[in-house]
Amino acid sequence: MTVPIPIEQILVQTVNGIVSGMILALVASGLTLIFGIMDVVNFAHGELVMLGAFVGATTLTSTGSFWLAFVTAALVIALFGAVLQASTLRPLLGRDPLTTILATFGISLVLQKYALWQWGPSARKIQEPITGQFHLFYLEYPWYRVATAIFAAAIIGALWLFLRRGKYGIWIRAATQDRIMASAMGIPVPLVHTLVFAIGAGMAAASGVLFGPLGGVTQTMGFDFTLRAFIVVVVGGMGNLGGSILASIFVSLLEAYASLVVSPAQAVIASFVALILTLLFRPTGLFVPTPK
Amino acid sequence: MTRDVGYWIGFAVVLALLTAAPLVLPEFWRRFATEILIWGLLAMSSDILIGYTGMVSFGHSAFFGLGMYGAAAALLGVRPPSLWLAIVSGLVGAGVVAVFVAYFSTRLRDIYFSITTLVFSQIFYVVIFTWTEVTGGENGLSFRQPPFAIPGVVSAAFTPVTLHWFVLGVVTLSYLVLRRVTQSPFGKVLQAIRENEARTRAIGYPIERYKIVAVMLSGLFAGLAGVLYAIQNKFAAPDFVFFAVSGEVVIFNVMGGMGTLVGPVAGAAFFLLLREGLSRFFTEYYLIPVGIIFTLMVMFVPQGLLGFLRRRLNP
Amino acid sequence: MLALENVHTYYGKSHILHGVSIEVGRGEVVGLLGRNGVGKSTTLKTTMGLVRPAEGRVVFEGKDLAGLAPHKVAHVGIAYVPEDRRIFRLLSVLENLRTGLERPGLSAERRQALLEKVYASFPVLRERRNQAGGTLSGGEQQMLAIARAMMLEPKIILLDEPTEGLMPRMVSQIREIIAILHREGVAILLVEQNVPLTLEVSSRVYIMEKGQVRHHAPAAELRGNHAVIHQYLGV
Repeated sequence: MTVPIPIEQILVQTVNGIVSGMILALVASGLTLIFGIMDVVNFAHGELVMLGAFVGATTLTSTGSFWLAFVTAALVIALFGAVLQASTLRPLLGRDPLTTILATFGISLVLQKYALWQWGPSARKIQEPITGQFHLFYLEYPWYRVATAIFAAAIIGALWLFLRRGKYGIWIRAATQDRIMASAMGIPVPLVHTLVFAIGAGMAAASGVLFGPLGGVTQTMGFDFTLRAFIVVVVGGMGNLGGSILASIFVSLLEAYASLVVSPAQAVIASFVALILTLLFRPTGLFVPTPK
Repeated sequence: MTRDVGYWIGFAVVLALLTAAPLVLPEFWRRFATEILIWGLLAMSSDILIGYTGMVSFGHSAFFGLGMYGAAAALLGVRPPSLWLAIVSGLVGAGVVAVFVAYFSTRLRDIYFSITTLVFSQIFYVVIFTWTEVTGGENGLSFRQPPFAIPGVVSAAFTPVTLHWFVLGVVTLSYLVLRRVTQSPFGKVLQAIRENEARTRAIGYPIERYKIVAVMLSGLFAGLAGVLYAIQNKFAAPDFVFFAVSGEVVIFNVMGGMGTLVGPVAGAAFFLLLREGLSRFFTEYYLIPVGIIFTLMVMFVPQGLLGFLRRRLNP
Repeated sequence: MLALENVHTYYGKSHILHGVSIEVGRGEVVGLLGRNGVGKSTTLKTTMGLVRPAEGRVVFEGKDLAGLAPHKVAHVGIAYVPEDRRIFRLLSVLENLRTGLERPGLSAERRQALLEKVYASFPVLRERRNQAGGTLSGGEQQMLAIARAMMLEPKIILLDEPTEGLMPRMVSQIREIIAILHREGVAILLVEQNVPLTLEVSSRVYIMEKGQVRHHAPAAELRGNHAVIHQYLGV
């Protein structure tokens, strides 16, 4: 049974895929930065997204300003990330990577249940700051979605600039390439680790707030993000920032197209398949030049 | 066989306690004891990978769940429901998954393997959750408990007490088998792989083959645990394939002591008792203190509760 | 200025340094010779704080450097140029230099002045300043590694086998660079396998064997002493 899918649907799904992809890219770039510099696979990264969304929702309710909520969530969770890293992950530096994945797993459990305790079991809502829709083929497409993608792209662009210019950018890139030599050059590597973790956490929180109007805010939303971010980071090449951004869009597009033929709950298998194929044929990452 | 008298005395004492348990405990705790045994078996199976071979699996829920659904298939598909068929069916289900995971285990290392096992179990979760016609979807499947039957000799329905003894028997047997395996030359090689994979390969061992067998072993016993769970509770549900179960298994392993086989069982008991106890005070937030304890143990007490026994149990 | 006092260092269970004592005075060029594997690099790494000594002290300008992280050791005035150069391959030449320039208390003018000075001494680095470090030749990378260390304005540079793998033409360039550093009053602890070069540029030389200092003499004395050289270095 072959039902030709109208081209408009494919194009709409392309837009949807890019929107989700950009939000995922925000999450994944933080994760890959953290892994690249300190070999930590942060199992709790999705929980940082979730906490950001909750802090955002709460701030929105009390101040009525989406942008204030956005900034507050990013800063609060960035600070929280810094404290978390300094207290629990810094002592584990040098131990085998399995230890850190277990430790961050434990942290994810605590954070999940903490959110349940702090905000209760019901979901929160974040009202989108930009209402209104425009005509996209056969749909009324919300402006907010497009704005989200652009905004996420802007944040990633800012991250890119930050890494390319400026003192901290050099510190981060040097410490990522050669932690020991960076230290010998006077770069305070432990501080740089905390800084990177904070940046990753802040970006995760930002994406949580951006995602809020699209998917709601629940205590269990974190796991989904963690899982997707893991997939994207592996497909894009671990530690490869550009790769994880491309992979985010790639995987999100795959899922978007898949949901044209199967239910959204099943469409997620598309990203799983992408991961497995990558691991089988290009384990260093799809968007990484094949190592010689 | 070791000549470790102390060990066998301890073993006998524990076995005696567990055998007597259902006779003296009230209903709730009776079931609880049986469940501890089942989760303990699951934790033991995971220890083969995490504790002995050094491969952290975040996907044991897949083996467990497919053992459960495999048993369900037999118990629903064949009348009258046959205990042994359910076991075989569950083991086949888990075995199929194990083959896939085994294949990947030989090609991936460390975190890549762990992430892949996680993704795998999620694939199965999604498939089971959405393929409602076959798996009952969200609601799962329920069925009748098969009788304990040896054709031609006896056929009697299980009582909670006899079921407990059956589970105890299966788990004890599994433990003895696994113990034999881990203490054999094969088990020593697994531990060598855990300590230094590159060197073990350099010495000449075909580690791929060892890893495949380790995964198959681990998966089959995990599936067996799933079968037991299905038989005890008379239902199969996708919740058991969800990541949370895999996560709990990892907790059992770490808290109980990896690489000891008994450690994870103790870890399972410890966790379940903690959950029982803390739920009274913290209700559903018991995972906060438990999670904190777990993280602190990963950081400061990585050998777990019974880790000090590791040397003794693996001569 | 710098003194290692009876330093014992282990890598895991291997006892690498067995009570090493070395001194470097202000502005001095001191050589450290020995065959492969005697612990010369480990001595430098212990000094830099990259490896912690099990026993003994590393004292710099009167202060015990015990337990100081490498980046703090760099701040104190010690710079390290490792055996394999270890330049940041994905950073440009300029960015490599900047890793040493992004220090507190350094004004923009001062930074520019330091850069200019190093470009004057190493013109090829100015040429390649926007190229990725990994694209440089071996000799150029060595120059970059030394130039990078100079950005820290250190009081002493720990140089680990700078001439290894370099063509003879580059070796004389290294000789010139050491001379420049010496003129500026920067002390150097030079680990080398190239005996003639070491004897030429150093004022004093230590010779190590099996993790211990076996011989210590002014370089002038050793220049003619072929017996000792042959005994410890086999050349």
